[in-house]
Amino acid sequence: MKPKHQRLTLAVLAIIAVAAAVLLAMWGLRDRAAYFFTPAEVAIGKAQQGAAIRLGGMVKKGSIRQRSDGVTIDFIVTDGSHDVPVVYRGITPDLFKEGSGVVAEGRMRGKTFVADTILAKHDERYMPPQMGNEVAEHAAVKTVQQ
Amino acid sequence: MIAELGLAALWLAAALALLQLLLALGFAKADGAKAARPLALLQAILTLLAFGSLIAVFLRTDLSVALVFENSHSAKPWLYKFAGTWGNHEGSMLLWVAVLSVSGAALAVLEKRINEKMLVASLGAQAALGLGFYAFLLFASNPFARLNPAPLEGRGLNPLLQDPGLAFHPPTLYLGYVGLSVAFSLAVGAMLTRQVDAPLARAMRPWVLASWIFLTLGITAGSYWAYYELGWGGWWFWDPVENASLMPWLAATALLHSVNVLAARGGLRSWTMMLAVVAFSMSMVGTFLVRSGILTSVHAFAVDPQRGTFILALLAIYVGAALILFAARAATIREGAPFKPVSREGALVVNNLLLSVILGVVFVGTLYPIIAEALSGEKISVGPPYFNAVAGPLALILGALLFVGPLLRWRSDRRPLAKWVLPSALIALVVVGISFAFAPEMSLLARFGLAFGTALLPASILPLFGRSLKRTPLAVWGMVVAHLGVGVALIGMASDSAFTQEKLTVARPGDKMQVGPWLIELAGIAPVAGPNWTAIEAHLRASRGGGTETLRPQARTFTSPFTETSETAIHTAWNGQFYAVIGRQRDEGWQLRLWWKPFVTLIWLGGVLIGIGGLIALVGRLWRERRWGRQVAE
Repeated sequence: MKPKHQRLTLAVLAIIAVAAAVLLAMWGLRDRAAYFFTPAEVAIGKAQQGAAIRLGGMVKKGSIRQRSDGVTIDFIVTDGSHDVPVVYRGITPDLFKEGSGVVAEGRMRGKTFVADTILAKHDERYMPPQMGNEVAEHAAVKTVQQ
Repeated sequence: MIAELGLAALWLAAALALLQLLLALGFAKADGAKAARPLALLQAILTLLAFGSLIAVFLRTDLSVALVFENSHSAKPWLYKFAGTWGNHEGSMLLWVAVLSVSGAALAVLEKRINEKMLVASLGAQAALGLGFYAFLLFASNPFARLNPAPLEGRGLNPLLQDPGLAFHPPTLYLGYVGLSVAFSLAVGAMLTRQVDAPLARAMRPWVLASWIFLTLGITAGSYWAYYELGWGGWWFWDPVENASLMPWLAATALLHSVNVLAARGGLRSWTMMLAVVAFSMSMVGTFLVRSGILTSVHAFAVDPQRGTFILALLAIYVGAALILFAARAATIREGAPFKPVSREGALVVNNLLLSVILGVVFVGTLYPIIAEALSGEKISVGPPYFNAVAGPLALILGALLFVGPLLRWRSDRRPLAKWVLPSALIALVVVGISFAFAPEMSLLARFGLAFGTALLPASILPLFGRSLKRTPLAVWGMVVAHLGVGVALIGMASDSAFTQEKLTVARPGDKMQVGPWLIELAGIAPVAGPNWTAIEAHLRASRGGGTETLRPQARTFTSPFTETSETAIHTAWNGQFYAVIGRQRDEGWQLRLWWKPFVTLIWLGGVLIGIGGLIALVGRLWRERRWGRQVAE
């Protein structure tokens, strides 16, 4: 093969690789990106059963219940008007408490959200209070205040 | 006073950078290299002075400096006062800039292989990079801003960062991140002066190698830090901040391999230039992701849209200019020597293509949520399910390529290769078979990771066969060690994901529990106190067969700022780690989360081996060059 042709072949290969990366990424993102849902969205059935999602809102006051095994808790995530019951087995993060913001990662099983991970709002000074839910959280606080 | 000195040094360094750039552009008539060299050196001295000043005000806890007030506290142990210098946005950007100027000075002082014209052009590129980031520091992130009146006490450092890891991980990572700027500047200099050839590659190679070693070690250290500090038992979370360090590493790994083709065979010229530009661009993308505040993590210290826009603008200017230069010069870059598909070059092309595709999918996965939110307001998180499914198999194919690639000869290889590759394939097949028999539940990724990793142990040594070990160049030894490290790390990752045993329970003192091969007894719970925290400490006795090990995980409460963290306790055995975390108190006792992680240590051992391999190769290259240089001189 002439050097010129070889270079052309390599250039084409490089372009194919970039295209492959984009296609592969799109395929991967189609069903593996976890979408963020608020309790209101869950209530109207927007969250698909069994798909990995994030649920964000406030931990409803007085809703945290400890099960007898000592490591499983039930609580309710609310945005003020809609409630979603959540079950979580594990050690809760330090700033997880009633009345404060929370984001849970997990799946809907029937009417209950089964959480694999709980992210609590950290100290504002270090962690921007987004965690993917700033807007939802503020909306929730406002509704609760009203 | 010290703070003002630092600020003045920074301004002066910026002025010198401007001078250095003008010199390269040809405005000054003085003999280019003679003037550019001292300029670059002086700049490095000044930024180090500025950085030293910042360290000094942190060590003295000078609360009249806003940054110290916001991030330090007089009661903090001195190590964290020191390392806390870069445990915040402004300080870490100053470290970034200091490394950038030191890299420039190293290029100016040490690089003797390229001609003066190209050196001046490269130093000009380095100065252009410097100017942008000096401006960022001085106008958008001044670390030396004063407070009047000075507060009485500081706010303290994020307790998650109060760990010896802070002293090591960021500087190492930055040396790698920003060291890649030299490869970028050399590529720009070579394209400007139309000298893209093998000697350039030989000059660029040690710089790439050195940055890559620091990146590798920095990522490995960061992974271990996250593993023991967060208490989640994981070692890689596909967090955007982790990806921000992985992307430059992927690009640098590709560059490291392609620059060899250019150095040895004069091939892949345009591609190597492109990679050099991409690698440092990825460093800047990483800086943008981490420093703009659009991400949520311990690394994102503050939200300030102005800063994000500033870095984004710098990124667009530098990457845009480099790509335009590339487009303008690509046609003038000569073709390299041709090669057959089955050859060392061919294997390295496949390596580069795979690494590029992995880089592409990581890049898209990391940036997609940010772009989607900016465009449609939709909140999306892309996590391990995506990255593992998309990047995992590609990484495995890359691992399999290691069975054959390093054995191939340059240009064309017509030897029957089956007898070399067959044993590796057989070992992999046997491991897959055994794993099916004993662990039918394993995930595909873990199963093949284990198989390829195991087969790689002997396969990576194969390139030494038939060589006289004494005469084998150090660079080959380095390659063997690094590839061995890949195998070791793969086994560790697969073993951790497949064989980890976890127990989440509630226990009272005196309770016993079984985790994997370990019998654990909660012997007691007691309060303890440190310099700026108090804690509840569990006393665990772990035994399997022989002696008893003691583990003391803590739940710490820091006073300034008020934060609760958990300190894991880890016992390292020859075949893995026992990992313990204490949770909260319940009516039934204390929550305990315990893991037995067989061979998890191999992950970081592999990372360190990869770094050591790089170091051996670097020493070999430099030593050889010196000897050659001497022979030429004689």
